[in-house]
This record gives sequence, structure tokens and C-alpha cells, in this order.
Amino acid sequence: MSLMQEMSQRALDLGVPMSVHFDVTYRCNERCVHCYLDHDDHGELTTAEIKRVLDELADAGTFFLTFSGGEVLMRRDFFELLEYARHLLFSVRIKTNAVMIREPEARHMVALGVDQVQVSIYSHRPEIHDAITKLPGSLRRSVEAIRFLTEQGLKVVIANVLMTANMRDHAGVQALARELGVQYTLDPTITPKMDGDTSILNLRIPGAELGAVFHNKNLVGDVEQFCAPPPPPDEDVMEGYPCSAGHTLAYISPYGDVFPCVQFPLPSGNVRRQRFIDIWRNSSQLNEVRSIRAKDLPVCSTCSHVGTCTRCPGLAYMEGSMRGPSTADCEKSFHRTGILSANMLRKQRVTDEARSSPPGPLIQIQSAVA
Amino acid sequence: MTEIYIARSPAIASRMLGGEMMVMSAVDSTFFTLNSVASVIWQAADGHTPLSEIVARHVCNEFEIDPETALLDAERFVTELSTHGILLLSERPFSNSSAAPTEAA
Repeated sequence: MSLMQEMSQRALDLGVPMSVHFDVTYRCNERCVHCYLDHDDHGELTTAEIKRVLDELADAGTFFLTFSGGEVLMRRDFFELLEYARHLLFSVRIKTNAVMIREPEARHMVALGVDQVQVSIYSHRPEIHDAITKLPGSLRRSVEAIRFLTEQGLKVVIANVLMTANMRDHAGVQALARELGVQYTLDPTITPKMDGDTSILNLRIPGAELGAVFHNKNLVGDVEQFCAPPPPPDEDVMEGYPCSAGHTLAYISPYGDVFPCVQFPLPSGNVRRQRFIDIWRNSSQLNEVRSIRAKDLPVCSTCSHVGTCTRCPGLAYMEGSMRGPSTADCEKSFHRTGILSANMLRKQRVTDEARSSPPGPLIQIQSAVA
Repeated sequence: MTEIYIARSPAIASRMLGGEMMVMSAVDSTFFTLNSVASVIWQAADGHTPLSEIVARHVCNEFEIDPETALLDAERFVTELSTHGILLLSERPFSNSSAAPTEAA
């Protein structure tokens, strides 16, 4: 176990929210076709309110703080908030499209001791990237920003979200990352909008492409190991937690709403009305999330993938139940290993039964006479 | 004897977790944990208090360690942290505005 894993385990044992993802705004200068957010300002936390919340997070023991959005630099007070967070000695990561980062901003971030900046790049081809962001010139601006950041010595990660429009461009983005000397990470997950609208899910890459991604050694490393059939689950797996959401991780929206994770829209409290630590410790929603073990998942506990699946409880929640399967993750497990998940087998049985049963009468008439 | 002054680098993140201090260098993301004695020295690293005084006041009193051994251990510890760039050492007190040592009067 690495030192970091040891500390994460300790945070779990002590109930410490070690990591917080804080969206300081949903406003954005891009209009990405797959974005799950509403970009209007419905009453963002003020500078003073955010500083107070940061004080509360430091008191609660939070160490890793991710500032994200929307686009963080749409807030005029962003550097004031960043400076305050570093004054409180958080390890700060920033997620940004970087369009508004020029040399002075890059210098400022380095001077404040930012740990890492993650920049979204969808394609190495401007016509594809800019069509996704709907902001002409955005690829050029983002790549220039990455150069400013790396010239200052900042660690940069390119995040490459894959969807139908750019599904063949990952090799090009990976090459761009190499040329820029930055890390590369790929994510094939498109999530429903926060208001429950699932229309953007049709942007998800088709299964065959997902399979190709998972069997590409340039993306996953050791393909044999990555795509190996899951080992039989043991007791540790069945007693385990699905992920860190609500256990050592929390998400705070620009309006002060607290959720278990950015992908888990289960309202658990609001920092305008309650102290963060009181929400973290006493929210019935967070306590329910924490109570769930793998053995409590009605379908997934019977699945051969239960110990290796990337099942997201937030996506499952958006599908109808935080204890249910997350179809997107079932598909990932299937296309990775070629083995159907319990949820897929169940759906297949239902479809087969529907096909094999004789068609019922068009009208059912029950006699009123006994 | 030459005094040693110690100050935390501005390019670190740190937080107490279960009695141990987690420290991460923002320069190379190296992660450290400090035990309870080391955490006390870390927290007292204000750039103005000599290491010998920190050891006498915080370590010997709180942990019942003999002063000579404690100071030797502390010197080894701060030297090691300084090689990772997360603690700064100087023979003069540091200025308030930065971790740089103050100019000699």
C-alpha cells in the first residue's frame, strides 16, 4: 500500500472529507455539446461565502481541493479565492478550458503553488475541437495556455473526453500531449445533464469503439491485464464501498449545495444554511450513501464484475437507484472483458421472454358474472 | 554553536490527519507524512524561532526526550526535509513576507 493509499484509508476510517471538488461557477465561455451544466448564474456564492466555506473545509481536514466549473476564470475573484485556498495550505488542482490563461495567469498560478492544472482538449484538429466547444479558436488558445503553464513549470494534464464527434482523435490528442510534455488522460463517460435530461447520452461512443479503446495498448498499457476476466469476488470485495463519493470525497456547487460527488446529484445540504462539517457528519443522504456495501447492491452483488467494475453510484442514482447498476459501467465492463454483466443478462432474459411469449389479446375482457 | 532557523516552503500543502501531518510538495507532488514529534517541529517552523528553542520548548517538554538526543534527531529531520525542498533552513531568521532569510543587520 502506498503512503497515499494509507492516508486515504485513514481518512476513510476517521470519516474525514479528504478531497473536495468545488465548482465555483457554472458560467462558461465555451458551450460544449456534451456539457451537463446550465450555464446561467442562479446566485453564486460570494467571495466572502466561499472563503468561509474554505475555512470550514480546512477545519474539517480537507487536503485535496479541486477548483472547477463552468470555467473558473469566469469569476473575477478567482485568483483571490486561489490565494486564500493556498494560504489555508490546501493542495489545489484546477480544471479549466485554459482559454483565458495567458502568461501572467500562468505565472500567478505557479507563484501560488498550484499542484496541477487539468485542461480539456477534445481533438488535435481545430475543426473538431472548436465544433465541440462551439468557441472558434478555442483549441489554439488552450494549447497556447498549456505552453504558458508548462514554461512556468506547472504540471498539466490534458483531459480527453471521448464522444461520437471525436472518437477517432485520441491518438492525435495523445501525440499532442507528448509534444507539449504533459500527461494525458482519457474519459469515455458522457453523463446526463444535472436536470435529468438524458438527450446528450446519444453522444456516447458506440460499444465497438469502446472495445477498441480498451484494447489499445497505447491507452491502457498492458491490454491482457486490463481486459482480463474478473477474479471471483471475495469477502473484502463484498464488504467494500463502491467509490470514495460521500466517504472521503464531497462536491460543492456554486450555489453552496453539497453532494457526494460531482456525478452524484443527491442533494445533501447547503453551506449557506449549515456548516460544512455538520452536513458532512449528519446529512441523512450522505449517511445513506456511506451505508451501502457491494453486498447490498441487488443486481451488482450477483455480477461477476462486482470487484473490478467502475460502477458509478451517481450514474446509477441518475438511472433510478443508487443501489442499482450503472448501465454505462456495465457496458464498459463488457467491452473490456467480453463478459456480460448481471444487469445485461437480466435485460437479455426479459427481452427473450418477451419475444418467446405468445402475443396477448388486444383487449382483455373480464366477465362481471361469477 | 550556530543556530538553525526553519521555515515551511510556500510551495507545500499540509494538513493534520489522525495525529500525523500530511505534507505535499507542489513542486514535484512528493507526499510525506510526519509523526507526532516531527509534526510538532513542523508546526513550530515559523522562521523566527531557533530549532534548539523549538526542541526545548515543544519536543522535550511534550515527549520527555533528553535535549541532546532530541536536538540531534531534529537536525537530521530538518536537513532531510530541506533536501526535498519542503522546509527551508537558514542560519538567520527568515523575513515575514517570504521564506527568504532576512538581511543581516
